Amino acid sequence: MERVKELGLNLTEEEVAALRASLGRDPNDLELAMVDSEWSEHCSYKSSKQTLKLLPTEGKHVVLGPGHDAGVLDVGDNWVIAAHIESHNHPSAIDPYGGSATGVGGVLRDILCIGTRPIALLDLLRFGPITQSQHSKWLFRNVVRGISDYGNCVGVPTVGGEVEFDESFERNCLVDVVSVGLGKRSDIILAEAKYPGDAIVLVGGLTGRDGMHGSSFASATLNENSDMDRSAVQIPDPFTKKLIIEATLEALKTGHVRGLKDLGGGGLSCGLSEIADRGKKGIDVDLSKIPLREHNMDPLEVMISESQERMLFVIEQGWEKEVCSIFDKYRLRNALIGRATENTDLEIRKDGVTLAEIPSAVLANAPLISRKSKKPNYIDSLAKITALKQPSDYLAMLKSILALPNISSKRWVYEQYDHEVGIRTVTKPGQAGASVLRLPNGKFLALRADGNSRHSFLDPYQGSAGAMAEASRNVIAVGAKPIGMLDHIQFGDPGNPEVFWSFEQSVKGIADYSRSLEIPCIGGKVSFYNEDKFTNKAIKPSPVITVIGLIDQQKDLMGPKFCGESNVILVVGMTRSEMGGSEYYEEIHRITGGQTPKVDFEYEKRLHKSVLAAIKLGYIKSIDDCSKGGLAVTLAEMCIQSELGATVNLDQVPTDCIRLDEILFSESHGRFIIEAEQNRCEKLKLLFKENNVPCEDIGFVNNSGLIIKSNGKEIINVKVDEVRAEWSLSISRLMGES
Amino acid sequence: MKIAIVVYPGSNCDRDVLRILNNVLNVEAKLIWHTDKNIGEFDGIILPGGFSYGDYLRAGVIAAYSPIMEEIKNMAREEKPVLGICNGFQILVEAGLLPGALLRNIGLKFICKWVGVKVENSDTIFTRHMKKDDVQYMPIAHNEGRYFIDEDNLKELKRHNQIVFRYTSPNKGELEDYNPNGSVEGIAGVCNDKGNVMGLMPHPERASEKLLSPYGDNSGINIFSSIISSIGE
Repeated sequence: MERVKELGLNLTEEEVAALRASLGRDPNDLELAMVDSEWSEHCSYKSSKQTLKLLPTEGKHVVLGPGHDAGVLDVGDNWVIAAHIESHNHPSAIDPYGGSATGVGGVLRDILCIGTRPIALLDLLRFGPITQSQHSKWLFRNVVRGISDYGNCVGVPTVGGEVEFDESFERNCLVDVVSVGLGKRSDIILAEAKYPGDAIVLVGGLTGRDGMHGSSFASATLNENSDMDRSAVQIPDPFTKKLIIEATLEALKTGHVRGLKDLGGGGLSCGLSEIADRGKKGIDVDLSKIPLREHNMDPLEVMISESQERMLFVIEQGWEKEVCSIFDKYRLRNALIGRATENTDLEIRKDGVTLAEIPSAVLANAPLISRKSKKPNYIDSLAKITALKQPSDYLAMLKSILALPNISSKRWVYEQYDHEVGIRTVTKPGQAGASVLRLPNGKFLALRADGNSRHSFLDPYQGSAGAMAEASRNVIAVGAKPIGMLDHIQFGDPGNPEVFWSFEQSVKGIADYSRSLEIPCIGGKVSFYNEDKFTNKAIKPSPVITVIGLIDQQKDLMGPKFCGESNVILVVGMTRSEMGGSEYYEEIHRITGGQTPKVDFEYEKRLHKSVLAAIKLGYIKSIDDCSKGGLAVTLAEMCIQSELGATVNLDQVPTDCIRLDEILFSESHGRFIIEAEQNRCEKLKLLFKENNVPCEDIGFVNNSGLIIKSNGKEIINVKVDEVRAEWSLSISRLMGES
Repeated sequence: MKIAIVVYPGSNCDRDVLRILNNVLNVEAKLIWHTDKNIGEFDGIILPGGFSYGDYLRAGVIAAYSPIMEEIKNMAREEKPVLGICNGFQILVEAGLLPGALLRNIGLKFICKWVGVKVENSDTIFTRHMKKDDVQYMPIAHNEGRYFIDEDNLKELKRHNQIVFRYTSPNKGELEDYNPNGSVEGIAGVCNDKGNVMGLMPHPERASEKLLSPYGDNSGINIFSSIISSIGE
């Protein structure tokens, strides 16, 4: 145990004992370091694995579920899409540019190493308040620049994402990147070495001291020494990644690549043990064959380095030369570093001397930890709040809400990303709730990620279910049926029972929603330890859910842009007095508390079914999901998207709210705003009525402006250009640019 | 007739251009690796967008010295059509085949957005299917797209009618002198004095199908179809 401390490792006493028992002897330094990296929370999911079993992972489109480098969904005609999410929170908190860039790089490798070509990226970001904090502005600016420089150079479009700002992310920004790949079903390849004698070839970047102990670093809280840990952040090289993408796809076409694994967290140690464990074989590695960036690296450093842009290829014996000539064409360094063996040990040798010998199953399967869990006291005490004063000027209120960074346009972000390359992007960032890509078989893929850390803080169960409900609605609002999802669950230190309780509630919320709605989980990620020793505060619980949807035909493509004057505007779903965690409470009134929006699973089923049916029937001209900022914000955004306006009467909105501010700004789930032609309005209402979904017409599209009435009085009457200015320029103004 | 599309390590839009030529225009086109020689069989060549050799130095500068550059220069000399899109434009400028320079955008940020592109010269082999002063909608996506040229050379450029495209606002009612990256006189594309080499920063291949355009048009295709029709003669 003393040796563990001397080496600066994070293994616990119990873990060292378990390791000793498995090996039947004392581990040496190299073995300790390899196990430390592999058994870190980041690589092993030792705290979360049990809870994650709640998530449903099977469904009619699922080809590969969680547990692989990426999940895979069947999208028809032998085409598949792969999807995965990664976070780079800790690295981005100390080096926002390099941390976010390598986050993009990491998730692209996951997509590639399942055998598919990466065709899209989404980035989901969380920062402290850029309205006040220079530090958060610095993080925000450089994280976006890092993603931009990397994603643009590597030629994969960043087609969407979301951004949230909240005080709890001041020290721990969250940087999550989703990538999606496209391929044929027969292209799928796994991370395994199944055939003894097969060559293990390391391709790409050199192995250096960057990214040392990255996984272990990500599996502890940030502290006063974290700035010294810059060497735990890898160095981005998108050009090499681009070559790796093209070379890998070309190499796979030879038919002689039998396994593929990217090197990310845990480095070679992790990659080698995973392909050995999955193939139920051993691997014999000659350390002296590994191309190094620096002199005098000791074996321990070589094995756990997380240097970027490296891939492990398992190549059929006898075909090494043919496959490697492709890497040579791209001038990618490649080295035969070992071979698969009959036994099941990972054996590391150098100059004929064995330096480490561990069964791969031991490395790849960390002892699980059962964590204590306890409901935090704040949850009940924040549930009740005292009544607030109603605003006197609703127009001024709407304008302030539209300018809030969490609500306003994110064009400052997405205009820095190439979202067009690949010529697949049909619905572009900012045009609708979800991004839409065309597929080669004439169908369309819809992608959307949502999270609401303020709802999740007040009610982790409802907040998480709600995030998934919102992402699903956004996907439906472009005309797509949800077919799968990725979850990403981000919390503080799991050793804190209150954090762990929230984590469990969060997974339950997601699991219940996905089971009820039959939207299976195909992959995900858990990131703990998002807290720091400066403030001793954890981030708000931040599950983000990416929902993937499929649109069968072009005529079903939908958007939120009003189409024609005098068309009817309808609201679907109940607006409830559920103001807890709303932008109106948190940002305008500076109140954290109250009842958060609740998800009704049975109702959601009926809602999805009826909206998708109405779209298929051609009853809907435009549609938008109603969430952050409430009804007023959705109406304003639909006006902003078009050159048209809306006249609506709040008296007709189905609601249990008595107060006007609640009707306008409640963030209740299960709602859409729909535009329909007058002659379709009755049919549409009947369809919803038959499905027991509330739906009322509340007004019509005009060409003059946004007019909202209540009780016979106009409470808002404004030109669309005036609200557009507030909404579209807010973030660039805050960033000092216009 | 056959069109070559150069693939440098780091090219990103090569397959997009190929798709438009093959699938939309039904023209024979081929991807050519940067070390390939003897491309004399081709009737025209396109340098696509991307980040050739990573562009870690100045955009396009390494590609200007790549093995295939001599071949491209030969084709230019033979007055075959040579088109550079985005990174391809940067490469042609670095190689001295087009005048001027492309500097970092005025906002010092990468910009990806749809812009209006006004046709200034419809009398080239690249624009013969367009009308002068027409506005086309295409996306830009670049970090170094600010066209610069000194005053004397700008006069020369105008004298030979070499300004082919200028930026204009894609939105109704916005200023005429809309300029997303700070280019001299809003210049978005230029050609050489012979008119057979052209570069532009906007991406016509991304604006060649109605489905992909927020403006519902496909005017980018006119650049490719103009080239094809000129070769056919």
